[in-house]
Amino acid sequence: MTARTDSRIQTVLRALISPKGAVYLLLIVLLVSVTAIHPSFAEPGQLMRYIQRVAPIAIVAIGQYFVIVSGEFDLSMGSLVTVQVVVAGTLVGQDDSRTVPVLLLLLVIGVLVGLVNGLVTTRLKVPSFIVTLGMMLALYGGVLWWTGGAATGNPADSFRQIGRSGIHDLPVIGLLPWSVLILAAVVAIAAWLSRRPFGKTLVAIGDNPSAARFAGASVQRTKTMAFVLSSMSATIAGVLLVGYAGVHPSVGQGYEFTAITAVVLGGVVLGGGRGNVWGALAGAFALETLFTLLNFTAVPSTMRSAIQGVIIIAAVAYAGVIFKNRRAPAAVASDPPDAPGMQQATGEAQSTESAGSGATRNHNTKEN
Amino acid sequence: MTEPILTVTDARKQFFGVEVLHGVSLELAPGSVHGLVGENGAGKSTLMKIIAGVHRRDGGDMRIDGELVDFGHPLEAAAAGVATVFQEFNLLPDRTVAQNVFLGREPRKRGMIDTKGMCRSTAELLEDLGIPGIPPTARAGELTVAEQQIVEIVKALSVGARVISMDEPTAALADHEVTILYRVIERLRERGVAILYVSHRLKEIFDLCDTITVLKDGSHVSTDPAADLDEAALVRRMVGRPISAFFPDPDPGTEIGAPRITIRSGGNTQLDGIDLEVRAGEVVGIAGLQGSGRTELLEAIFGAAPFTRGSLEIDGARAVIKHPRQAARRGVALVTEDRKRTGLALNQSILDNALLAIRSVFPRRTQASRAEIPGMFSSLELVSQGNKQEAQTLSGGNQQKVVLAKWLAMRPKIVLLDEPTRGIDVGAKVAVYQLIRALAKEGVAIVMVSSETPEVIGMADRILVMRDGRIVGELSSDTDEESVLAVATGAAEEVQQ
Repeated sequence: MTARTDSRIQTVLRALISPKGAVYLLLIVLLVSVTAIHPSFAEPGQLMRYIQRVAPIAIVAIGQYFVIVSGEFDLSMGSLVTVQVVVAGTLVGQDDSRTVPVLLLLLVIGVLVGLVNGLVTTRLKVPSFIVTLGMMLALYGGVLWWTGGAATGNPADSFRQIGRSGIHDLPVIGLLPWSVLILAAVVAIAAWLSRRPFGKTLVAIGDNPSAARFAGASVQRTKTMAFVLSSMSATIAGVLLVGYAGVHPSVGQGYEFTAITAVVLGGVVLGGGRGNVWGALAGAFALETLFTLLNFTAVPSTMRSAIQGVIIIAAVAYAGVIFKNRRAPAAVASDPPDAPGMQQATGEAQSTESAGSGATRNHNTKEN
Repeated sequence: MTEPILTVTDARKQFFGVEVLHGVSLELAPGSVHGLVGENGAGKSTLMKIIAGVHRRDGGDMRIDGELVDFGHPLEAAAAGVATVFQEFNLLPDRTVAQNVFLGREPRKRGMIDTKGMCRSTAELLEDLGIPGIPPTARAGELTVAEQQIVEIVKALSVGARVISMDEPTAALADHEVTILYRVIERLRERGVAILYVSHRLKEIFDLCDTITVLKDGSHVSTDPAADLDEAALVRRMVGRPISAFFPDPDPGTEIGAPRITIRSGGNTQLDGIDLEVRAGEVVGIAGLQGSGRTELLEAIFGAAPFTRGSLEIDGARAVIKHPRQAARRGVALVTEDRKRTGLALNQSILDNALLAIRSVFPRRTQASRAEIPGMFSSLELVSQGNKQEAQTLSGGNQQKVVLAKWLAMRPKIVLLDEPTRGIDVGAKVAVYQLIRALAKEGVAIVMVSSETPEVIGMADRILVMRDGRIVGELSSDTDEESVLAVATGAAEEVQQ
């Protein structure tokens, strides 16, 4: 009996130090730390506000997850958020009746950007790193040109309510922000999609595009779909940020890297083929909680980028080390491999490659 | 008798408390080739890795020239004169041959790297092996697989290796390259190097080896001079069953039906004038040398490298197949020759791999297939730790079964098999053969490509021989290896003329 309990605890512990599980452990530690410093953080109302604050970045991270797990990158997400915020801010104006048409326009812009990213990447074989880097600069340049770099527009309250308000006067939590509901919906859809044939095929494509193609998968269509999903999620985040952060060309800047950091922190392997939506979600929350904690401990917010940089390197390195340690004995234990040969000997190289230099692998395994 | 260079006595190894090697002994004598055979999981790789310093043994001892050694790292083994040529090479493709050979220990002259000296020594070693054709200044990436392998051997010799173990060295070689490797091994033998040779190809074992050790389930079965053994005896020792069980007879209930697939004057950049008809229940074997267009033919039918000329009919209806997706929709399956590159998503579970095709092509049938997969796995006798096990941790034979399950889930009408038994053990081979028979009985049309001619002869109802992208001959199933080879090389035509 004791032995079994022991082994169950061991299983849980092992899961928690695995790259996929580590993020949950980290999140718990961070939440506990924040609560220890500011006990009011744990109050239901405060928690809701905290989730509301994290919602935009969490949504962007979930969109980024689909692209990364397929073996690509979407660097244009941050600029797309900016575009959507500025377009909304400028076009809605003080006219409530424009809310719905403008939302539809944002949707069209989002789909269009995703399609261009996806089609240029898959049809013209331009690495997505370059395509979306170009898209990022083009979009941001366009916004600066349009706005002259200054804050513009002051959209009608009805539009801002989406990101700012919610259902009032609820017991216990008080306000249930729309952001939280929208985040919940995005998570539900993403989790559902990733269990569907689409999501499973997408991961398989990220793992081995050739094998997926030889199994009859449409690599181009599936990857393009992932880019459209990420652009849609950037659009949703943009709508929330209009209410939350206001209308300025700096809103959304850097979101792509924050999202990539969150996704990597969540155990999703750069280069594709490993990871899940929940990890990406937990990664976003862990990252934002960390920044909250740093805020509380009076670390200057200007340090944010530096900290993010360290985290992304550490997370990828951690995954590399763990996969290496785990894979080496696993390969032998289950499969004293004869014919397929020296998995052991090459395993180290492989795992470092798959985790360490996602970008390189990404190019090497590009589907033809 | 000469003193052995390397002796392994009663070597034991366990992983996580499970002993996988139960006291194996081995002696490698200078100037001799020692064959190591056994099914997958017999412990060959584990033993090799102990000798190579990749694993540390848990029991028994290992001696070089009578001195006890204990390698903690492959570099320590190399320093002691024990080198290993793995299946996958570790050459740097953008460096020259000489730079690769002397990687990390470049000779110096006045503080600068002595490139000339490096090239000279490399050329000498190559000449010694009877391979003067590889320029030391060529980039390693430009060499053929066989040449890269030879560079690996040269690398080993340049550090003074006296024991070289080779793991399936011919797995990636074309037939004529195998002859070159044979010659190199002969030279190594003359130089007094002790060679440990691991291979699934019994013909090579008998061609090359002086002594043969058989392992089974981690235990030592026998060590005998090769002259005292024949193939049948060896197979019996490896699997514990006679060779006659190898190729199952066609099921008497199998009926040859209407044509499933008909190709007329098919061609593309690799193929020309392909006329092919395969009927329901028929097993057509494709023989030919490496590079004769066998794989290209299967990939053309499957739409991976489609035909650009000619016509294709499936079940009597004209079909255009420009992408694997279209082929799969029409009930065509292709089991590719390279499992790792085109067969499996290695990081995914075996269940996800088995569902890969159905999810991509007929997503609506996913749920129904998911329910069938476990039964399919067990009827294929797949050995795994459960459906969630990652594909990469399976042995070659079990990986192949996952690939087969992936296509069986589609209920294909036409199954194209490219080297379906490459790199898998005898037990798994027999499972594949039985599956082919069972599919034929259900009216599936089967096209099988194999480099192992006995396999083609043993399994096919008729044999098409390819050369230079064309089908150049058709033989019945009672033909022999010589006839197939004669057509494949063009020797038969010369005789006729």
